[in-house]
Amino acid sequence: MNFQIPIGPQHPALKEPISLRMTVDGEVITDVDIRLGYNHRGLEKLAEDKTWLQNIYLTERICGICSHSHSSCFVQGAEKLMELTPPRRGLYIRYLVSELERVHSHLLWLGVAGHEAGFDSFFMYTWRDREVVMDLLEMISGNRVHYAMNTLGGVRRDIDGIQKAKILEGVAVLRKRSEYYFYIGASEPSFVARIAGVGMLSKEKAVSLCAVGPVARASGVARDVRKEDPYAVYNELDFELCTADTCDVLGRVVVRVKELLESYKLIEQMVKGLPDGEIVVKAPRKAKPGEVVSRYEAPRGENIHYIKANGSDKPERLKVRAPTLGNYPATIEMLRKGFIADIPLIFAAIDPCICCAERTVTLVKAGSGEESVVRMSDLRRRAIARHNNAPVKRNAVWPL
Amino acid sequence: MAVVRTVLYLVVYPGLLFLFVYSTFCEWFDRKVYARFQNRMGPTHTGRFGLLQPIADFFKLMAKEDVVPEAADKRLFTVLPIIGLAVVSTAGLLLPVWNFDLANPGWTSFSGDIIVVLYLLSLPTLILFLAAWSSTNLFSTIGGARVLTMLFGYEVPLFLAVLSPAILADSWRLAEIAAFYQAKPLLLLTNILGFLIALVAVQAKLERTPFDIPHAETEIVGGTFTEYSGKKLALFRLTFDIEMVVASGLLAAVFLGGFPGGAVVGFIHFVVKTLFVIFLLSLLRALTSRIRIDQVVSFAWKYLAPLAVLQLLATILLKGLIA
Repeated sequence: MNFQIPIGPQHPALKEPISLRMTVDGEVITDVDIRLGYNHRGLEKLAEDKTWLQNIYLTERICGICSHSHSSCFVQGAEKLMELTPPRRGLYIRYLVSELERVHSHLLWLGVAGHEAGFDSFFMYTWRDREVVMDLLEMISGNRVHYAMNTLGGVRRDIDGIQKAKILEGVAVLRKRSEYYFYIGASEPSFVARIAGVGMLSKEKAVSLCAVGPVARASGVARDVRKEDPYAVYNELDFELCTADTCDVLGRVVVRVKELLESYKLIEQMVKGLPDGEIVVKAPRKAKPGEVVSRYEAPRGENIHYIKANGSDKPERLKVRAPTLGNYPATIEMLRKGFIADIPLIFAAIDPCICCAERTVTLVKAGSGEESVVRMSDLRRRAIARHNNAPVKRNAVWPL
Repeated sequence: MAVVRTVLYLVVYPGLLFLFVYSTFCEWFDRKVYARFQNRMGPTHTGRFGLLQPIADFFKLMAKEDVVPEAADKRLFTVLPIIGLAVVSTAGLLLPVWNFDLANPGWTSFSGDIIVVLYLLSLPTLILFLAAWSSTNLFSTIGGARVLTMLFGYEVPLFLAVLSPAILADSWRLAEIAAFYQAKPLLLLTNILGFLIALVAVQAKLERTPFDIPHAETEIVGGTFTEYSGKKLALFRLTFDIEMVVASGLLAAVFLGGFPGGAVVGFIHFVVKTLFVIFLLSLLRALTSRIRIDQVVSFAWKYLAPLAVLQLLATILLKGLIA
C-alpha cells in the first residue's frame, strides 16, 4: 500500500513550519520531498536598510536559540571590514557567552530528542538542568534569549569576580548532570533501541552532501570551524573535536553530549584565564568598501555570513547561510528507507531551526502545483478581489 | 426491590458512578506519580492536591465542540465511544470485590468469568481500530493499523500469564482463584514471573509509554484519536481510565491474592492493590521511551510469549507436585 503522508507544515513534531512529504509503503519510507518557504523573513533586504550597529540586533533575531551565533558571526565580519581589533578581554567574554549558548542549545536539543522518542522523563530532566545555564546567561547579559552582548569592537557588558564564581559553580553542576545524561542516552535500552541504527548517513555521503555540525561529526567527518579555521580565541584554548563513527542518531546524541563536556572545559578555561583590560574599542561609523565571509561554529554547525560593504554606514549585501540549510540534503538521505516512527527522530537529529533557514514565501497553486513569487501589494490586491467575488458561506454562523 | 438493587448496582456502586469517580482518582494518582518521577508537580490547583483535575478535564472536554468528519461513517464514529465505555464498565462489574458469594455463583461471579473479563478487555482494542478506520484520516488509519499489530503482540502473553494462576487454582472463577491464593499465600510467589509479564502486557493494552505507539504524538499526531473531539474524546479517555482500573483490579485479583475480608476490608484491599499496580505501571511509563511497532511485536514474541509459556509449564509441574 503506497501512500503519501504529509508531515507539516503543521505537525506536533515540528515546532516551525516546514513540509516533509513522505511516500510510504506500509511503515517504510520510500521517498521524501522537503518543501521550504512557509515563512517570510525578509531580513537580508532589511539589513541593507540598517546601519552596521543596528544590524547586530537584527542578526541576533535570526534565531531564538543560537541568537549569539548569528550576531557574533556578523560582528566578526564587520570588524574585519572596519579593520578593528577588539580587546582580548572583550573577545573572551564574547566567546564565553557563545560556549554557554552552545551548552543551552545542546541541552535543549537533548530534551527534544527525548520527547521525539517518547522519553518524556529525559525531556523534563534536561530542560530542568538547562535552567542553570539560562540563569547564568541571564546573570551575564540580563536576558535569557537575546543576550545583546556583542557590539562592534567588543562586548557591551563586563563580568566581575562574583559572576565568575557563579559560572564555575553552575558549570560544575552541569558537568555532573551531563555525565549522567551521557550514561542514560547511551545505555537506556528502550531509548537506545529507538536511536541506534536509525537515520544512517555514511561518511562519504556526509561529505558529498555537505553536512555540517554534529550531523557531519557523528558520521566521522572531523569538521569544526573552531578547529580547522580557529577564529579569535579558539587557538589559545585546549579542547577536543568530538566525533562518532556510528553514523546514526545515537552518534548524534553522543557527539552532542561530548561537545557539552568540551564546552564546560572551554568555559572553565575562559573564566579562569580571563585577561585584564578594556572590553571594547571605539568603532568607526562606516566600513571600507570590500567583502568578507565570516565563519562561525554555531551549536548546529557552520554558520556563514557574507557581507559586502560599499563604504557607507550600511552593508550593501548581507547573506546568511544558517547551518540547518546545509543539513537538508543529508536529511533526505537519512530519511530514506526509514520507518514512519523514525521521522521525528531523524529530522530532530539535525537540530532543525527551520525559520533561520527561511527567506521568502513561494506561492504554490494547490491544483496544478505551479509556483510563483509575487509582491506583497499584488497579494493584497488578489485577496481583495477574492473576497469581493467569494460567495456567502452557508451556515457560517459563529456562536458567541 | 430487586429491580432497584440491580439499577443501583449498575448505576451507582460498583457501576458507572463509582467507576467514574475511582477511575478519575486513579488517573490523578497516575499523573501525580508520573510527574513526581519527572521532578514536576503534576496537578495541583483543581480541588485539594489537584484531585479534581481529571474530572475537570472530563467536563471541559464534554463542553467542547464535537466535530464529525465529512468522510467518516457517522453512525459508527458516534456509537463507538459509547460501546467502548459500556464494555469496560461491564468488565468492571465482574471483579470479585463487590457482591460475590463463594457458595452461590451469580450473574457477576460465575465459572469462566476470568475469560469474560479478558474478552471484555480485548474488545476496546478492536473498538479503537474501528474508530480509527471509520474516521478515514490518514494518521488515524496508520494508528488503527498499529493498534491491531500491537494486539497480535501482547494478547497471547497476557492470556497465558493470567490463566496460569487459574490453572494452579483449578478454577475459572475469579472469586475462587482469589480464595485459593488467600488460603495458600506462599503459592503467589510462583506467579511472580507471570505477574511481570501481565504488567507489561497491560501497559501495552492501555497504550502507555513505551507502547503508546498508536497515538504517538510526534509521529502521527493524535493517531487513532486524531479526528475525535469533544464528548466522544472525553468518553474514550474515560474508557481508558476505567480500563486501567479494571485491568489492575484483574491483576490484583489473580496475582496479588484478591480482596479478602468482606465488603469494607475487601474494598480497602482493592484500593491498595490497584494503586500498587498503577504505581508500577506509572514507573514503567516514566522509565522508558517509546519503542517502534516492529520492536513491540518482536519483543512480545521473543521474550514475553516464551516466558509466559515457561510460567505455564512451571505452574503445571507445580500442580502435579502438589497433587
